[in-house]
Amino acid sequence: MARPRSAARKPRASRATALDRRASGALTTTNGAAGRPDRIEVRKTYKLYIGGAFPRTESGRAYEIFDARGEFIANASRGTRKDIRDAVRAARGAQPGWAAKTAFNRSQILYRIAELLEGRRQQFVAEVMIAEGVGRARAERLVDASIDRWVWYAGWADKYPQMIGTVNPVAGSYFNFSVPEATGVVGVIAPEASSLLGLISRLAPVIVSGNAAVVIASETRPLPAVTLSEVLATSDVPGGVVNLITGLRRELVGHLAAHMDVNALDAFGASPDDSAALEEVSVENVKRFVRPPRAGLDRYDWLAERAQSPYQIGDFVEIKTVWHPIGA
Amino acid sequence: MTLTKKRETRPATASWGLSAGGIPWEYAPAPEATDHVNIEREYGLFIGNTFAPSRPRKTFSVINPATEEPLAKVAHASKADVHRAVTTAREAHRSSWSKLSGRERAKYLYRIARILQERSREFAVVETMNSGKPIKESRDVDVPLAAAHFFYYAGWADKLEYAFPNREPRSLGVAAQIIPWNFPLLMLAWKIAPALAAGNTVILKPASTTPLTAYLFADVVRQADLPPGVVNIITGPGEIGMELVRHPDVRKVAFTGSTAVGKMIARAVAGTDKKLTLELGGKAANIVFDDAPLDQAIEGIVNGIYFNQGEVCCAGSRLFVQESVHEPLIAKLKARLGTLRVGDPLDKNTDVGAINSAGQLAKVQELVQSGIDEGAEIFQPACDLPERGFFFRPTLFTGVSQSHRIAQEEIFGPVLSVLTFRTPEEAIEKANNTPYGLSAGVWTEKGSRIFKMVAAMKAGVVWANTFNRFDPTSPFGGYKESGHGREGGIHGLAAYLDVSGDGANTR
Repeated sequence: MARPRSAARKPRASRATALDRRASGALTTTNGAAGRPDRIEVRKTYKLYIGGAFPRTESGRAYEIFDARGEFIANASRGTRKDIRDAVRAARGAQPGWAAKTAFNRSQILYRIAELLEGRRQQFVAEVMIAEGVGRARAERLVDASIDRWVWYAGWADKYPQMIGTVNPVAGSYFNFSVPEATGVVGVIAPEASSLLGLISRLAPVIVSGNAAVVIASETRPLPAVTLSEVLATSDVPGGVVNLITGLRRELVGHLAAHMDVNALDAFGASPDDSAALEEVSVENVKRFVRPPRAGLDRYDWLAERAQSPYQIGDFVEIKTVWHPIGA
Repeated sequence: MTLTKKRETRPATASWGLSAGGIPWEYAPAPEATDHVNIEREYGLFIGNTFAPSRPRKTFSVINPATEEPLAKVAHASKADVHRAVTTAREAHRSSWSKLSGRERAKYLYRIARILQERSREFAVVETMNSGKPIKESRDVDVPLAAAHFFYYAGWADKLEYAFPNREPRSLGVAAQIIPWNFPLLMLAWKIAPALAAGNTVILKPASTTPLTAYLFADVVRQADLPPGVVNIITGPGEIGMELVRHPDVRKVAFTGSTAVGKMIARAVAGTDKKLTLELGGKAANIVFDDAPLDQAIEGIVNGIYFNQGEVCCAGSRLFVQESVHEPLIAKLKARLGTLRVGDPLDKNTDVGAINSAGQLAKVQELVQSGIDEGAEIFQPACDLPERGFFFRPTLFTGVSQSHRIAQEEIFGPVLSVLTFRTPEEAIEKANNTPYGLSAGVWTEKGSRIFKMVAAMKAGVVWANTFNRFDPTSPFGGYKESGHGREGGIHGLAAYLDVSGDGANTR
């Protein structure tokens, strides 16, 4: 498997310089407020999100995260295979209850995520600016689109079954219908570059139908994802429905693809080389598998209308067909 | 071997009200005529609307599993033949089929459906001679359903925009389709009909033991006047199938068969742009509650596991009976087994025909022996088997536990494993305790319980108070290791189209 671009390889600026610049107010802090020269910012510890809790990685390891200019921002948890296994276990435990909620209820919970994101809008704008190295206007567009995307998918929860499900006019005295059902536990390899909008665009269609997700966050830009997990933890999404692992992709993605209790893998955010290898290992338990876009992710427009689709919900459901005789 | 020794002499017969001591009368032989059927001595590969020998010329024999007599020789395709077939199909897609309007494609498919109906008895007889399945099944199920599939998908060919709004549906190109020996013509129809309706051209590889109705279908293609290269049929061993799957100009792979081979194919497709659907093995649970109409359930159980000699991926091979009705149900079931007529597949009264091959028979025997060795109790009705051919008595195991191989592995033969349960929760737990998830059955008079069970089954098809029903409009396919994608209905159509116009990228 090709080694993903690793944060550890990036040229790093002197740590003193970065801290000096931040302390002098030249940079915004990660909560979106302007830094004050006379106050030392209280920094956040970025942890994993598993089963509704925020554990540190069992490895006890971390790796450094840099901003787009190569300056140190924070340490992120360097997750492991064991963390993935814990996350899959939590997801498996949470999934039946999540799928059993009414579609109306899931719809409201997804909408609630959008409400809380809106409340933290400034923080996400700041984090996306730092992570992706974009200006404020661009970051605001990306964050606004992320919030709107949750709202859009929230609305699908109680509608997509009417698009994908069917009543089948069989040639016989039977009532026959097909309904979509969540496929179970879905592994999501978040896009490496689009730290928030890309992640949300892939995660929302997975969970809207009642799946539980184990997400491997962007390796070099994981911080918006970790903050998103804090939103999820406080937005009525049951613990374990979304689990988020940060770390070095080469140490993680293969284990997620090979895990025998994962039903589907979304490799849309993986590199083509990684995707080919992941697809091969995912065969062992006949996982449903979504490949990266044909034209590549580099030019993929996450803001475009076509980056959201009810058919992407359909990629992670099973069609169940039911027969019953008609008679007195 | 031990199987015959343990066989009980006569089943109880009380349940259908006849005198004790077994069936009081015998059926006279009622053989279906075969003189109207013409099987060639040798079939070449069907590529570009012409039959031609493989290059280098090589053949293998196809036999009648009920008599072990040879039926014909068929071409053994080489790698070069695979390439020739793909090139031909690709050119046909480019130059003719993809340029035809949906309306015109539809008319070709309607023609095929009509010709299959016109020649239905011929197809049924050849199917039975080649597969070993009873003529009453090939005549009443396989052939009519195959024709119905073409008729159904014909109507979709010019309505794709309505099927997938906002998705800009487009044909994929060349589809490689590999099918098994249990429903040779029906699986051909499940594969070819949606592929052609969607505007693809196909290369079909039938199973090595059952290619004859596929080659007979080539004659339907000729009569329907399809443009050359739209339907191509090649025969050969599994490696040839893999060559086809790996060919870089193939855009879609559809496979029905074992889970082990399905995984090999999925690995070969990994990292390509090829779309893939897999319809693999199963180990269906058929669950009978104590309030079920037992006589109806008996018929469903028998149909579930002895239909087509149990050589059905969705066969109801695990019977879960609620403890309180275990005793009466087993008594009725044993009695019913005693009335099943096993023998000449061409006899119109035959219920259970021949196992498809010596190899499959050996596999069934091996698994049945494992059931005996692991301590389950075997029951087989007394019935005479023909001296030649690959026959196996309908078999019932009681006292089966979850860990027995006969409760875990797909047998693909007329062998039923009976287990028990007390509560719906226990039934759900046990039924879902398998890597497979193709089908399930539920028998109860209580409507709310039906829906609870239906929702809980991890299976792509759930039959409630019925079993083994199929229809072109009804999507079919599995959860978990029983495969992915659906065949039949609008869902089966999606599998043959590029619907990535909305940005999604499902394989």
